[in-house]
Amino acid sequence: MKKFQLLFTAVIAVALMASCGNAGKDKTASNKKAKTITGAGATFPQPFYNKIFKSYTKEKGLLVTYGGIGSGGGIRSLKDKIVDFGASDAFLNDKKLADMPAEVLHVPTCLGAVVAAYNLPGKPELKFTPELMEGVFMGKINKWNDAKIAAVNPDVELPDMEITVVYRSDGSGTTFIFSDYMSKVSAEWKEQIGAGKALKWPVGIGAKGNPGVAGTISQTEGAIGYIGSEYAFAMGIPIASIQNKSGNFILPSVESVSASAKGEMPADTRVSLTNTDAADGYPISSFTWLILYKEQNYNDRSADQAAQTIKLIEWVVSPEAQKETTKVHYAPLPEAAVAKAKAVLGKVTYNGKALK
Amino acid sequence: MNSEKIFKYLLVSSGVLMVLIALGIVATLFVGSIPSFKEFGFGFLFSTEWDPTEGRESYGALPFIIGTLLTSILALIITFPFAFSISLFLGEYFKDGALPSFLRSVVDLLAGIPSVVYGLWGFYALKPLVAELGLNAQGFGIFTSSVILAIMIIPYASSLGAEVISMVPGSLKEAAYSLGATRYEVVRNVIVPNAGSGIFAGYILALGRAIGETMAVTMLIGNSNNMPTGIFDLGNTMASLIANQFGEAEGLKYTALIEIGLILFVITGIVNYIGKLIMKKLSA
Repeated sequence: MKKFQLLFTAVIAVALMASCGNAGKDKTASNKKAKTITGAGATFPQPFYNKIFKSYTKEKGLLVTYGGIGSGGGIRSLKDKIVDFGASDAFLNDKKLADMPAEVLHVPTCLGAVVAAYNLPGKPELKFTPELMEGVFMGKINKWNDAKIAAVNPDVELPDMEITVVYRSDGSGTTFIFSDYMSKVSAEWKEQIGAGKALKWPVGIGAKGNPGVAGTISQTEGAIGYIGSEYAFAMGIPIASIQNKSGNFILPSVESVSASAKGEMPADTRVSLTNTDAADGYPISSFTWLILYKEQNYNDRSADQAAQTIKLIEWVVSPEAQKETTKVHYAPLPEAAVAKAKAVLGKVTYNGKALK
Repeated sequence: MNSEKIFKYLLVSSGVLMVLIALGIVATLFVGSIPSFKEFGFGFLFSTEWDPTEGRESYGALPFIIGTLLTSILALIITFPFAFSISLFLGEYFKDGALPSFLRSVVDLLAGIPSVVYGLWGFYALKPLVAELGLNAQGFGIFTSSVILAIMIIPYASSLGAEVISMVPGSLKEAAYSLGATRYEVVRNVIVPNAGSGIFAGYILALGRAIGETMAVTMLIGNSNNMPTGIFDLGNTMASLIANQFGEAEGLKYTALIEIGLILFVITGIVNYIGKLIMKKLSA
């Protein structure tokens, strides 16, 4: 009797678990109509994506859902083939591309800036050279009235106050863009800290997410940190102008961010814009990308699902969606980038046949 | 089968399912941390390095183990006088009436507040106060997190204590009074020895809660992955590190974070086990 009881319960338990496992799987026939398009990834462009996907759903009646789970999560979701597209602020390098199960394409969707935002009494307008950025964010300059800061900002009365660096405690594309820039302008930074989505910070306080960093800066006198520009604009925190490669001090704006993308772009659109050559370009700018498989027939996806996915992404780079970028403090793609993005989309296939 | 049997099977199978789920969690964490264990071995437990930069990745858990133990034990120390007084007040001095029932609902309310709300309050009210007092420059850090944790765990530490104190047999207390004991003497010599294991159980429960708390700690501890040098320094806890870094983690970092999860699981297990041992001793 005892044995029977145990056996019975074990069978029930196994049956329960098995049924849980199957419930999530959706057996799609290859000719099924697309109902929803699912994407996931970067949080940096999320305000833009939320806005345009909402209006796409409204206009075309096709539900588009986007999960802001972070660039790494977006890449992982695409790798696991559970989304129609992923999104990332950092393009996949050659090693990461090789790690993916099939060929992955990058489509740039808009431009964004990472800004150095600070909290000082009287909200003075500050200028930063790359040397100052290195000194402050590496903890070598720890007072606001340091002679080096005063030398670049002679018209500003700087307080005798400790500098508190605020950084992202969570892994983030914003951190990648910022550290990619720092690694280009500072050999010491490249050597000691490097570029990545999460770093080993020598000084400072970590806060979670762009809103967390923005909140910590605005709550802490003497703080400085880096955030996606839209968060600084939204909270009205002062932003530093940064000296670019040509020696000009540039404030982040739609124009200066667009200007940073003037240079040559490779056919696969994977290009870093930080420390741009453009004389009027803001030096901490970046594209953000949607990523998708070149061969769209995977995981039992229907031809219509593939076609609708491509239609959506084509719409994202169309003028209609691009004009929304500036409303949420991003910059639209330059003409050349749109052409390159369209060329990339032209390579997409379903069962080896071109989709368009 | 009659209803008696069906009911019995239902009970047994839900019990077995619980055990299976717990084992499943351990197995998942264990399998997930194998690559990290292969790379770092036992050195993972003692290394203070947390460098996620590609090309020279190196991970160690010590700053986070220390951060977790420091915040939660400090929280327990801060919470002790408050929780014990509340237990005594509600369990012995004023069992019924409007004021105790009001106090009881306020304490229960503390348990129901979401931790992110504690975090917000800590961020906007407690952090500036700590900075004002000059305990450290910005008000973030281990001490600030411990104070928030102490407030969060008061209900866990006090309600079980109040319950067992009120259950101390009246005959014992009356006997002590009849021998001429004062109220304080009764508390010290009758109530505490009698209810000790129950009161202690409450503190172990509270400690477990403090060890696992994530959101409020993340918002206040400063999330510095360097080794803390004191209780007013910045730091990070295991739970907070996982919550922060898991989203973007891949490769070696991914499995290092799972190993941190496994360590957290084991530490919670050890704390509970020690708690049970001490409870047994106290009640024997």
